[in-house]
Amino acid sequence: MKISDIVNNLPGKVVTGEEFLDREIKTAYCGDLLSRVMAHGPQNGLWITVQTHTNVIAVATLLEMACVIIPEDIPIDENTIEKAVEEEIVLISSPLSAFQLAGKLYEMGIGRDQ
Amino acid sequence: MTQNANEDVIMTNTYEIEAGNFTLAGEAASNIKKLLRQLGIEAKIVRRVAIAAYETEINMVIHSVGGTMKLEITPREIILKARDRGPGIEDIELAMKEGYSTATELARELGFGAGMGLPNIKRCSDKLHLQSELGQGTYLEAKFFL
Repeated sequence: MKISDIVNNLPGKVVTGEEFLDREIKTAYCGDLLSRVMAHGPQNGLWITVQTHTNVIAVATLLEMACVIIPEDIPIDENTIEKAVEEEIVLISSPLSAFQLAGKLYEMGIGRDQ
Repeated sequence: MTQNANEDVIMTNTYEIEAGNFTLAGEAASNIKKLLRQLGIEAKIVRRVAIAAYETEINMVIHSVGGTMKLEITPREIILKARDRGPGIEDIELAMKEGYSTATELARELGFGAGMGLPNIKRCSDKLHLQSELGQGTYLEAKFFL
């Protein structure tokens, strides 16, 4: 599934990476402890986290994540947004909780064949 | 550090790691990753080195008073050498245990301190050497075979 399909089916807005919405997403990961994400986060996947500081982008870049979703409309640090633009990471902000996001993504078929 | 092992080093790069700077944390690892990709190193190995470099860098930012991380590339392996100026690890065996962490409250709020840094480095590397002396500092050497 493309990120654009996800965006069209979820409440929220694309903060950065509007030009990369045709990236394919097969699986996703949910987590806020960065080392745990480092150990288990999927390549080319989507990541849901409540952390909003610049290291989120560092982790996403190192793991080659395609997209990061910040739940609950949590304000995102300006530095993080700049870094996301620089590293070409799609950053999405959504009013839904991490739990709701994960549920909706799973319903869409993301991560089912894991 | 053995001198003869350095003879066939193709390339080396050293990064200064600043203690407590969470904003800069991850820069060195990102740089290492880009460099290895440019050199055409296999993607799977790049990912492993990048994860190990990131965890090493974060460990130094959280726990040390600062130090350097050095990347060495030889025809057979990639070596990550990190040396900090203290304070040293009290119990290495305990530090290697998944879930054990001495990270500060601030670091934990930012999502660090899961107690998985060293275990992640060990998992990603082919060979890990860690020595530490209280009051002196810590030396970490991780090897990745090509």
